Amino acid sequence: MTRPPRRPTWRAARLTGVRPETGSARTLRFEVPGWPGHLAGQHVDVRVTAEDGYSAQRSYSLAAPADGDAIELTVEAVPDGEVSPYLTEVIEAGDEVEIRGPVGGWFVWRPESTAPVLLVGGGAGIVPLMAMIRARRLAGSRVPFRLLYSLRDPGSRYYADELRRPDPGLDVAYLYSRSTPEGWPRLAGRIMLDDLAEGGWPADFEPDCYVCGPTGFVERAADLLLALGHAPGRVRTERFGPTGG
Amino acid sequence: MAIVSRGFHGRPRAGGDRLPPGQYLVDDFPVLSAGPTPRVPTDRWEFVIDTESGQTHRWSWQDLMALPSQTPTVDIHCVTRWSKLDTTWEGVSLDVLFEDVETAADYALVHSYGGYTTNLPLEELLDGKAWIAHRFDGEELAPVHGGPARLLVPHLYLWKSAKWVRGIRLLNEDWPGFWETAGYHNFGDPWLEQRYEDD
Amino acid sequence: MTAEHLDGNALAGPLAEIFAVDVTAATGRCASCGLAGPIASLHVYGPEPGLVARCSGCEEVVLRLVRGPGVAWLDLRGAVSLRVSLPDPPDLPDLPDLPDLPG
Repeated sequence: MTRPPRRPTWRAARLTGVRPETGSARTLRFEVPGWPGHLAGQHVDVRVTAEDGYSAQRSYSLAAPADGDAIELTVEAVPDGEVSPYLTEVIEAGDEVEIRGPVGGWFVWRPESTAPVLLVGGGAGIVPLMAMIRARRLAGSRVPFRLLYSLRDPGSRYYADELRRPDPGLDVAYLYSRSTPEGWPRLAGRIMLDDLAEGGWPADFEPDCYVCGPTGFVERAADLLLALGHAPGRVRTERFGPTGG
Repeated sequence: MAIVSRGFHGRPRAGGDRLPPGQYLVDDFPVLSAGPTPRVPTDRWEFVIDTESGQTHRWSWQDLMALPSQTPTVDIHCVTRWSKLDTTWEGVSLDVLFEDVETAADYALVHSYGGYTTNLPLEELLDGKAWIAHRFDGEELAPVHGGPARLLVPHLYLWKSAKWVRGIRLLNEDWPGFWETAGYHNFGDPWLEQRYEDD
Repeated sequence: MTAEHLDGNALAGPLAEIFAVDVTAATGRCASCGLAGPIASLHVYGPEPGLVARCSGCEEVVLRLVRGPGVAWLDLRGAVSLRVSLPDPPDLPDLPDLPDLPG
């Protein structure tokens, strides 16, 4: 018997459920027969094809650990986009797309890891970080996690209820870049050195840092982490570029 | 056979007879890039033509501005399948720049600030077919679109219209450029759909 | 719109069509300046007309990948070497088909 190829191939994926996250983002649950499993932080390519054969493809981070053949993606509608409006507004349970993956072996967290973890997410950059938080909980890992979640405004928070629930060993702090909830102690503004000094881990603890978000946010947060003394090899980044949609 | 996603249509793909095969229309001006956007101040900008016999012709920004310019209105076609109709430009025809250039070369290798290159037969640049464009839509050409100046060769796919153009080397032998050495077609005629090297 | 770059993580899917190992976790050395680092940390422009991965130190091109119908072109001339972590050849029977990631 030969081993099946491990190279990711396109697989049929059927939408089985949808959860709204914000006014413009939702989590999609797909059933993917033969799904090989994945690590937290990995992403997939999604391909959608029209009746006349025209197709378009985009990458999305996996939002949760694998659950048998079921996977979850959280997709934000990109204005004037081509694929994301379909995934956030049109597709319904029972509809099919194709998914290839998982891919990416660098921006991943493994449950057997023992280093403390700092997650720094900007906007939709929370998605692969949430997969890591969920993988930690699922594995019963006692590694301490801290999440710094930077948002435009309170209405753009993904996974709001789940992040509010206590999860021992996970600290969550929010930063708002445009507008804050009423009475919020920190002024609205982009991420600063103090935010990472107070909400992160001292560099002496040698935490693994994962930074994900729009390119400008990632550059800034990664530079600040290096300024705080974190080793470059421990700061892993993933940028969401302008090529989505 | 690929799986069809019910309800997915993608961008509109129909168009009139001004749309080459496989293209769709856009109203905006998409930006595609293969590297960081060079910022070239006009006081340090220059354009050079190097001939196959080793002669160099050089223009400063002031020299370029002093030359007679034209205002072509053209349709542009990107190999990534978008087309934009009736774009308005201002620039200097390459016929003007080649007036005093003595050459018997058949090929041109266009090179840009930032290191980009693209190749085409010299005759595709002459006889009113190409410009060094420095204004778009009535304004100075923005850096993301190739400013201060880009080549404009609208009858070929837009990757031939090198942004941030710096000069042209005239060669007796064809020398494939940046995308032409990575699988894209050597000539790039949108009406013949010459996208990849095997097309 | 600006010409912002992605990082090398974005190469994982397209390169997985070609290589059996995850190349983004491999260490590449820039042929221009000698800087070594994970492919995942390169600055990536694209995906269209093609993926262009540049050194995060000197911005020279390390890798280019163009995908056409039924074919891919891969140019690695900007990389001196790729260091890929691999498990030793298994004496084991069939393993479950889990993601095959080094580290």
